Amino acid sequence: MNTFLYDLIGLAAGVCFILALKGLSHPRTARRGNTLGAIGATIATVLVFFSSENEHRNLPLILGAIAFGVLVGVPAARKVQMTQMPQLVALFNGVGGGAAALVAIVEYLHLGTEATTAEVIATVFTVVVGCISFSGSIITFLKLQELMTTRPVIFPAGRFIIAATLAAVIGVAGWVIAALGTTPLLILAGLSLLFGVLFVLPVGGADVPIVISLLNAFTGLTVAASGYVLQATLLIIAGTLVGASGTI
Amino acid sequence: MEAIALISIFVLAVFVGFEVVSKVSSTLHTPLMSGANAIHGIILVGAIIVADHAKTNLELILSILAVVLATINMVGGFVVTDRMLEMFKGKKKEGK
Repeated sequence: MNTFLYDLIGLAAGVCFILALKGLSHPRTARRGNTLGAIGATIATVLVFFSSENEHRNLPLILGAIAFGVLVGVPAARKVQMTQMPQLVALFNGVGGGAAALVAIVEYLHLGTEATTAEVIATVFTVVVGCISFSGSIITFLKLQELMTTRPVIFPAGRFIIAATLAAVIGVAGWVIAALGTTPLLILAGLSLLFGVLFVLPVGGADVPIVISLLNAFTGLTVAASGYVLQATLLIIAGTLVGASGTI
Repeated sequence: MEAIALISIFVLAVFVGFEVVSKVSSTLHTPLMSGANAIHGIILVGAIIVADHAKTNLELILSILAVVLATINMVGGFVVTDRMLEMFKGKKKEGK
């Protein structure tokens, strides 16, 4: 497809997302807003297959994976009890964060040593925050689903361990940026997953919605960062909107 | 695209995001968050891009996994938000 037309339709999808969030902030327009968001997402997903850069490789696999995702996601969302919705949202947020982290890792493997420093930094950011969002959301889900204690889990020297993990995450992030290797990146992913768990464990039941909101914003920002690496404007727009809206 | 163009888009989108949600009523916090959650499922586009140009089997496996996860996030997110809002509508009617 013509690149200009492609970008134009992509922009339309971006506008859909802005209007979706705007609609969702008013009771009367909320449902329409959600529908608009879904339309924008559908446009964007169909559109990417028509990109001039799309080589139509692995197409059956990709379509199969999407079909599988729909088969899992829709029944889960339809059948869930009203009271269990928050944990489902947490879970969806977690898998989104996980997806963003995976996209960043694959792009990192793909770019190899050709990546510019800015791209490496954006990738590292996505992997770290995506992994935190993933493991943090899983813990949140387990807490809300009462599969584990809803009370704050506080262990001796907990603060010290959390701080040490964060320092390790930052240290290894610096190592990846400086040394560019796959092993450091995987270590970084592991540490970030650990940090996500430690970060949410001390949170009590009443504060969990705030954590979901925060992790949601985190995932948004990771999507924006991976949009930077992939040079996909729409990902930047959508991701940033979510990141900024997490501040409410 | 040039880095500065991408960064400009990012900065402008931050302001749009703040503005758009700044006047949300407190009852709509949860659906709005859920809707925003569905929107970041747009990482599906990124997952499709990387799956399309995957060179090695490892890249392919990871990116296909990303496609599955992102689809669950996006589709499930929109459906669950719609159900939440349906519930709100029901409550209002009862109130009247």
